[in-house]
Amino acid sequence: METLEQIRARLLLAYPAAQITFVTNPGPAAEHSLLIEAAHAVEIARWLRDDPALRLDYCSNATGVDWPDKTITDVTTTTEPDPAGGPAKTVEIKTTRLQPGYLEAIYHLYSIALKQGPVVIRLRTANRTDAVTLPSLTPTWRSCDFQEREIFDLYGIIFTGHPDLRRLLMWDEFKDHPMRKDYVEPDDYEWEPTAHGAVLERAKPHQSAAAAPAPKMGGTP
Amino acid sequence: MSDPVASPTPFPAAGNISDAEREDLRRHGILMTSLEELHNWGRSNSIWPLQFGLACCAIEMIAAATARFDIARFGAEIFRPSPRQADLMIVSGTVTKKMAPQVIRLWNQMPEPKYCIAMGACAISGGPFKQGYNVLKGIDRFIPVDIYIPGCPPRPEALLNGLIQLQKQIKAEQLTGPNAARFTRPEEPSEFPIPAYGAHDLVPTKNDAVWAPPTPEAKA
Repeated sequence: METLEQIRARLLLAYPAAQITFVTNPGPAAEHSLLIEAAHAVEIARWLRDDPALRLDYCSNATGVDWPDKTITDVTTTTEPDPAGGPAKTVEIKTTRLQPGYLEAIYHLYSIALKQGPVVIRLRTANRTDAVTLPSLTPTWRSCDFQEREIFDLYGIIFTGHPDLRRLLMWDEFKDHPMRKDYVEPDDYEWEPTAHGAVLERAKPHQSAAAAPAPKMGGTP
Repeated sequence: MSDPVASPTPFPAAGNISDAEREDLRRHGILMTSLEELHNWGRSNSIWPLQFGLACCAIEMIAAATARFDIARFGAEIFRPSPRQADLMIVSGTVTKKMAPQVIRLWNQMPEPKYCIAMGACAISGGPFKQGYNVLKGIDRFIPVDIYIPGCPPRPEALLNGLIQLQKQIKAEQLTGPNAARFTRPEEPSEFPIPAYGAHDLVPTKNDAVWAPPTPEAKA
């Protein structure tokens, strides 16, 4: 199979207006991916599926990632010569900038026909709050159906063009998205007999207010 | 929960006749019993469980029904597909918050006398998924549980042991008097409120009439 750089070069030939970024994976697996602009995602997905050299006819996995807002501190080091003639002084200047967060949908594509893959593509939303729309790739790969519903359920990405976008795991009345980093669980830590770590922190307010009534377990008397 | 084993008269005989005298009569071919004992004997040896499973514990429950373990030896092999025909609900597995209202609805549809076994760590407390966003922290927050079987999952032998414990409890139940069994008392609830799906959690998150957090033991 051709490398991801070659796929990207051919994609840019086919869609010169599209913005396709090569995302490296620094880990030992080195499973690099292509970040694809949401506006061209549907056409590019169809091209990846139908291209005779690739024929990525199967999407084995679609998943989401939440990237919250991140404060990044840049340190620039400059050396100032000492006017008195001593050794040069090193000055560190720290600047902080806010990298806005976004939500990501990741698709792992394989070709059953040509027995090759995976090719990993990513789509990113503009932010995490109001612009969380991405085009659905379910019309291209049917196996994305439930997985995009799961991403919608747990991360809150709205897939336009999805044939049946409903919650998959949680109930319809549920309002939150539990896999987001800022999800706050309901406070039901009233009985944690073996609490430790983060659970202990949540259980402490209940334990201090232990003027509780006598134990009343269920069952027949 | 009462301990059926510690009960002073596990098999109350009629009148003032002692168990030794009764056994003596039995050797002469005279069987003496009471209606209560006969009733409990029949009930405890034909406990029909409700046929449903929630997670991997259900696989062990199925294994308990196969020839190797053979739950039929205890008269509990007739898994009923309808709650109207079932005596026992084996909550076998993780109860998700999405599934909890349906489990409680099934319990409400079972006729009295009915019993509940919480099988496995998940049904007891949420188990390894306790802090999960969609996991109920024990079915006893909504319905009364008679027997708790720990394990993850419990082996079929453990389920059979739980069933034997339930049989002991049923055999010790009294039908009349001040200590009569729960199902004979009309003031005890048979149906329990079904929680609604809320915006963040089940509403309510627990039934306060059934469950309250146990008071932590004071350290010596």
